[in-house]
Amino acid sequence: MLDKLRRWLFRLGRDEQLPIVLTQRRIFILPTAAGMTYAAVLGVMLIGAINYNLSLGHALVFLLAGLGLVTMVHTFRNLAGLAIMPGRAAPVFAGETARFPLHLANSRRDRRCALTFRFAGNATAAVSVPAEGTTQVAIPYATERRGRLEPGRITLEARYPLGFFRAWSYPHPVLHCLVYPKPEPRPLPPPTPIADPGLARGTGGQEDFAGLRLRQPADSPRHIAWKAVARNVEAYPLLVKHFAGGAGEELWLDWERTAGEGDAEIRLSVLTGWVLAADAAQIAYGLVLPGQSILPDCGTAHRDACLEALALYGHETDAPEAGR
Amino acid sequence: MRRTRPKPAVEPLERACVPWLLACAVATGAPHVEHLPLWLSALAAATVGLRAWLWFRERPLPPRWQLALLVVAATIGIYFQYRTLFGRDAGVALLVLFMALKPLEMHGRRDAVVLVMLGFFLLLTHYFYSQSIPTGLWLVTAATLETATLIRIFGGHQPLPSIVRYAGLLLLQAAPFMLVLFLLFPRITGPLWGLPQDAYGGTSGLPDTIAPGTISNLVPNGSIAFRVRFEGAPPDNTNLYWRGPVMDEFDGQRWRPAQLGRLDPATIEARGGTVTYETTMEPHNQRWLLALDAPQAIPEQAFVSARLQAVAFEPVRLRSRYTFASSLDYRAGLSESRALLNASLHLPSQGNPRARALAASWKVRHADAQGIVAEALQMFSREQFTYTLQPPLLGDDPVDAFLFETKQGFCEHYASAFVFLMRAAGVPARVVAGYQGGELNPVDGYLVVRQSDAHAWAEIWRDGYGWQRVDPTAATAPSRIERGIASALPESEALPVMARLKLDWLRQLSYRWDAVNNTWNQWVLGYNPERQREVLSRLGLEDIDWRGMTALLAVLCAAALLGITLWTLSQRPRLDPVQRAWSRFCARAARLGVRRHPWEGPLDYANRIAALRPELGEIAATAATAYAEARYGGQGNNAVERLRAATRKLPYQWRPA
Repeated sequence: MLDKLRRWLFRLGRDEQLPIVLTQRRIFILPTAAGMTYAAVLGVMLIGAINYNLSLGHALVFLLAGLGLVTMVHTFRNLAGLAIMPGRAAPVFAGETARFPLHLANSRRDRRCALTFRFAGNATAAVSVPAEGTTQVAIPYATERRGRLEPGRITLEARYPLGFFRAWSYPHPVLHCLVYPKPEPRPLPPPTPIADPGLARGTGGQEDFAGLRLRQPADSPRHIAWKAVARNVEAYPLLVKHFAGGAGEELWLDWERTAGEGDAEIRLSVLTGWVLAADAAQIAYGLVLPGQSILPDCGTAHRDACLEALALYGHETDAPEAGR
Repeated sequence: MRRTRPKPAVEPLERACVPWLLACAVATGAPHVEHLPLWLSALAAATVGLRAWLWFRERPLPPRWQLALLVVAATIGIYFQYRTLFGRDAGVALLVLFMALKPLEMHGRRDAVVLVMLGFFLLLTHYFYSQSIPTGLWLVTAATLETATLIRIFGGHQPLPSIVRYAGLLLLQAAPFMLVLFLLFPRITGPLWGLPQDAYGGTSGLPDTIAPGTISNLVPNGSIAFRVRFEGAPPDNTNLYWRGPVMDEFDGQRWRPAQLGRLDPATIEARGGTVTYETTMEPHNQRWLLALDAPQAIPEQAFVSARLQAVAFEPVRLRSRYTFASSLDYRAGLSESRALLNASLHLPSQGNPRARALAASWKVRHADAQGIVAEALQMFSREQFTYTLQPPLLGDDPVDAFLFETKQGFCEHYASAFVFLMRAAGVPARVVAGYQGGELNPVDGYLVVRQSDAHAWAEIWRDGYGWQRVDPTAATAPSRIERGIASALPESEALPVMARLKLDWLRQLSYRWDAVNNTWNQWVLGYNPERQREVLSRLGLEDIDWRGMTALLAVLCAAALLGITLWTLSQRPRLDPVQRAWSRFCARAARLGVRRHPWEGPLDYANRIAALRPELGEIAATAATAYAEARYGGQGNNAVERLRAATRKLPYQWRPA
């Protein structure tokens, strides 16, 4: 019941429409402890002014009371009309801090000062948006588990100008970030012989030179036949050296090989460590997980595909990790 | 003991905020130096200076226990200075002490907020001592500074002018609320409870005893005693005798009022029309109200005493307004009580033998009082009496010494000697202190009576005539009564500057300044329940009570708040900044003869400009690239700036080469 009230009052729920513009219905405002203190001080001052019949004292108290009221409007105004566009968050490894970028646009002629953004339970990011300008803020989220992270609603807060009031809003754009398993450093497993040579044909081996072919985007730049290219640039823009299966071995990072490591999360971590190690060594590698496998290859796109598979392993694609 | 703050939740205070806070401490504390003990001012200056130095050298703040020791020591010092910690002055001293020490204990944002609040409070305490216009202006300045400090604390770095401008804007918007609250907040005349002993220190006014020097000491004091506004033309200067304390007991040196027990009010019989006037008294912490002789109608909070004074029930501790009607031609005390007449004949049994002898000779020569009075006044005008502020000292027989030896004196000498002679000759007489004359300010029509107009004169009682005023000073220095103090004293004597102004424009200026001050006093400082009623009835709200006022107040404040809110929300988001900047560029370029076609992209447009007006080619290319980058390149902030800069570089008018 209370939760329902909160939902209605604070209009909780995702924002599907972009950009998110903070309208008055979305901004909430309450006095802060400093504001309460200010009111109490004014009360005491008023009593003093009455007691000593200080006419200027009355004037001062009334001016300051007016200042308090005006501040309320200005605190609200600091948020009202701000336009928020979510950006794309770069994937991180579990345990690292994900940063969700927001583009903030201020169409007003005054600067919006000291806006703080945070996800519940996380550190804040503060930013000011220049007059008639845009800026970016990256909101940190300390990740713990792998998966597709949805950080949930943002608490946007500001106490500018005088700190007497706190205005806040709960923008909830659709945000997500891929969290890879935390890598466990382990030595790479030995390559395995190719059981069926036909299986490895398309991917190419590492050892025996088998001729030249036109470069495809997935080819490692190390295999470009620079000499051949230099000989006849006009005819063949880029040629790569094509290798046959080498010694008949290829590197398979196989789920089964991590059986001795412990539970599933640790095994995924070990696999992640292997992927990173193989990528760093620029060795072509394949990944085998229960129910899926990725053929050996190398390059950033391949690595990211492998990491994504590891991050999402066991998660149904539509049930990502809920935001805390 | 040297430990860091325990709570990690403390919001840190930016280093750059510290100078702001120190400025607040100085702005709110410094004006108090005037009435604080020197050691406390020095201590406060030293701690603020120390804090500034620590800030400059980026040193850590002193540990808490050292500060605690300092606070305890200084509090003890204040206790010994004022013998209390709870009076008004001691309270102010404590506040200043805290204000000066707080910067040394300023770790987080919360400490800074506490300091600013303390500053607001300290601002109020200035009005214990002065509520003049300069103090009021200082209020505005200091409040702006404190607001700016809060903006700096909560808003992070911004250029100084924009912070100050924003603080000014906030206060400007607060002003309507101040006005509404000031006018409509139901006023109560304080105090709500007993005030400390020292609440009304430092007021000057007529003394309650008269001896040589008591009045003349007041004369160099140019401060205002009261202001009067007459209904109709003000009476002649020679009629402006403002009656203060009346003295009828003489001990050989001093005159003071006799303790006679309960006396009936004086009977006054008016013999002409009355003059009605409103007096605005500066507080003098005494009960006499200084009405013109003789008061006919007096305000509710006063009565007419047996000695013809208008006396308030309570000492005048605030600037207050009283309305009187006086009859300048009157008979008073025709059937005066025996007790008072006896008191008005009493003399000490010994002393001043020559004066007694002289009076005895007059008594023999004249049967009635009138002859004796004439004799005395003739003596004052005939012989070489001098009117001076600096008479020589008189000995044990002051009347003899004055009358027969020095012959120099101020009004109290004349009045006192005259009354002595009268009594010695058997005529009931008494000394009256008060003010005489005043200066009409042509700017606002108020008659201003200053302390320098203080005067003492005499009254004698004659059967069938009652009490009659005799001013022996008039016999010696008639211009004192006709044209004021400045004309009666030699040039060399010390007088307030204003009393002697010869420069016409300066005098005009002083009249104007005084009129402004008077308006301030009447309408701002003197805004009390009565004035509030007066103002509201002038606004058409005759019978409004405090409930009505509160309701109206709430409505008006809500309206003002709504106005400001609407102003806020009416600032519709305009075109986005990039688009605006680009439109501005296009408009400027169009004025130079190349109008952008609606279908034309930025780069094409730039190329066309370059083709038609080669000298603008470079600027146009920069602008178009910047626009394209800002529009399509994501991180557009810097690009917008470049676009604006390029726009600024365009010439305003096309000058054919």
